[in-house]
Amino acid sequence: MADFGGTDLEGFRTEVRSWVEANFPASLKGKPNPMAREERHDPTPDQEAWRKAVGEKGWGTPTWPKAYGGGGLSSAEARIVQGEFARAGAYNPIGGMGVMMFGPTLLEYGTEAQKLEHIPPICRGEIAWCQGFSEPGAGSDLASLQTKAEDKGDHFVINGQKIWTSGAQWADWCFCLVRTDTSKKHEGISFVLFTMHQPGVEVRPIPLIAGSSPFCETFFTDAIAHKKDLVGPLNGGWTIAKRLLQHERSGLTGAGGGLGSGGKPLEQLAKEYVGLDEQGRLDDQDLRTRLVTNAMNWRAFQQTAVRAMMEAKGNSGPSSATSIMKNAGTQLIQERHEMALEIMGHQGLGWEGDAFKREELEAVRGWLFGKAFTIFGGSQEVQSNIVSKRILGLPDLTQAN
Amino acid sequence: MAVLTEEQSMLRDAAKSWVQEKSPVTAFRKMRDSGVEIGYDVAAWNEMAEMGWAGVIIPEEYGGSNFGYLSLGLVLEELGRTLTASPLIASGLGAASALILGGSESQKGEWLPKIADGSVVAALAVDEGPHHKPEKVEATVSGGKLTGKKVFVLEGMAANVFVVSAKEGGKIELYLVKADDAGVKRTKLSLADSRGAANVEFNGAAADKLTGGAELLEKVLDRARAGIAAEMLGAATQAFEVTLDYLKTRVQFGQVIGSFQALQHRAAKMFTELELARSAVEAALTAIDNDSPDVPELVSLSKAKMGDTFHLISNEMVQMHGGIGMTDAHDAGFYLKRARAAEAAFGNQAYHRDRYAKIQGY
Repeated sequence: MADFGGTDLEGFRTEVRSWVEANFPASLKGKPNPMAREERHDPTPDQEAWRKAVGEKGWGTPTWPKAYGGGGLSSAEARIVQGEFARAGAYNPIGGMGVMMFGPTLLEYGTEAQKLEHIPPICRGEIAWCQGFSEPGAGSDLASLQTKAEDKGDHFVINGQKIWTSGAQWADWCFCLVRTDTSKKHEGISFVLFTMHQPGVEVRPIPLIAGSSPFCETFFTDAIAHKKDLVGPLNGGWTIAKRLLQHERSGLTGAGGGLGSGGKPLEQLAKEYVGLDEQGRLDDQDLRTRLVTNAMNWRAFQQTAVRAMMEAKGNSGPSSATSIMKNAGTQLIQERHEMALEIMGHQGLGWEGDAFKREELEAVRGWLFGKAFTIFGGSQEVQSNIVSKRILGLPDLTQAN
Repeated sequence: MAVLTEEQSMLRDAAKSWVQEKSPVTAFRKMRDSGVEIGYDVAAWNEMAEMGWAGVIIPEEYGGSNFGYLSLGLVLEELGRTLTASPLIASGLGAASALILGGSESQKGEWLPKIADGSVVAALAVDEGPHHKPEKVEATVSGGKLTGKKVFVLEGMAANVFVVSAKEGGKIELYLVKADDAGVKRTKLSLADSRGAANVEFNGAAADKLTGGAELLEKVLDRARAGIAAEMLGAATQAFEVTLDYLKTRVQFGQVIGSFQALQHRAAKMFTELELARSAVEAALTAIDNDSPDVPELVSLSKAKMGDTFHLISNEMVQMHGGIGMTDAHDAGFYLKRARAAEAAFGNQAYHRDRYAKIQGY
């Protein structure tokens, strides 16, 4: 921001606008990002062209350094790119866990060689990453993980099991926490990268209450991770994992912001399904109060996100407001899911079939899947522990992190 | 905390140190015990006025510093921490806004310099019943004389001049009425929060009209609401910090009670609500400074969110302190009482939720 005055920013906006006009395929206008759900998809030529065009510019990861394939933009310029995409009805085709969590972490902790190898394909949207963190016996107490990596000179041999590995069935690479020292808990964990396309990796999708899901069980039987793909020091993976979880949490809180269903604001749905009384108020006073309370809290939540960002920039150092974001955001989203169902009444209970509109079916699946928001990425209870101990300085009797 | 300019940081620091040194909660307790009729300590108010706080939003040509509403909010937040009682919201914020936005040159010239130097206290007289309903006005003006009853007028006993809502020809307008007019009769209210308030009867009192009608009234109220939300932010923050400190020192079952997860998670909840409320309050004050079109919804958001938050924290302050929190010797009760009075002032949470929904079209 410092090196650009207002006039230059306007010039940049003009440049972005004409580039989007020249490169964004009209057929994709207003369409959601096909990669947003971390599902497999067979891209159309237009989708493929748009991904490549944005990937080459680095504008899908606008603030990442140019040297590794990012856009090298200031945050003010990045907002302009975002704004111009939105104006044209264009989605950002570059996304997923590589962008949200792994990339920022590797940029911070990776060696030059690691960054040069792994970051550019993320910026171009070529490689899908999955996260090998949780295990059947290591959920909220993540550091008790058991998946073992044995040192074999130039590589590690990995044996064990991960769970809730989102998108593992479509992933090309895995960033994974493994145990390299069994005599210590947190200090015995290392952070390694390996390809999913190898014989020692087996993936089984897990059906959830919402039906099919991107979650998987992932089994490692003598899987190989090369030494060059150890991130940070041996047994020094926990620090990196915690940093990555911060990226995950800040990413998760932003997810599903505009949620009602089918992208339609909840207030609009309520007007359609419930109607207004003669005074122009929702014809369900109880719902109206809960709806407006949620809407106001959501607005305050967004204001807090902006404030945290400005404080981080202006006051040097991260804002304490950041720590509350995951719990506050996910709880508000879950309330909205519940209200979407309530607003639709019986039409909000369909599982499948022609009796229901697409937005109605999506509301049901969204409601069920949304229950995961307060469980994954650090459960609501773990988040409350973090706030009370790390931010408020209350004593930690469990000594757990 | 918003990112502040150098002047704003200096103003806040000055307020912080004055409040800590000159106006701790013990000063409020002393004022309450003295039973002073106007509901604040005049000497303390004079010091505040000398430091320029009564003129923070008033233009320089009328003796103020024209620092804006966010700046005044910073002062109010610090005063709120120790429950400092003063007519700053009624006079230097509410009535001053009415004059700045709706006063003629001569009205401004007559009143603003005196409000800015603290020699005149002005108060808003806008409510007529137990609930805030500014659009419901029975008071009337005809031939320049105002007749009607106003209730819960904050700083009503101290006021030298009132800004009164009344109808003339069926239309709501705001009027200046001098307190020493023979047609003005006021009755002191003794309220739970020990702050100054009065019911005021106007009986053909001389009324000097401001320009702007119902729209001006809403603008003035929004500024007062945002200001009281800032005071509540300070009070709630202090109440939370005092409670957190108690959780870290009170020992039961051989350990500090703050080590119990049941209390930790409630503390985390309070902290979360406080962070959200702070954002809403700062956003509302900033919107007023920018004269942004979404001032009404942002102000309603700030007042409702801050009201819910102070409500929660003031209850938890008593509960978490246990028996000691129930005693008059402890400060927890002061925060609890102030919370409810501030919640009700210029529209409680229900009022502002309803208003927000209406603005959003449902």
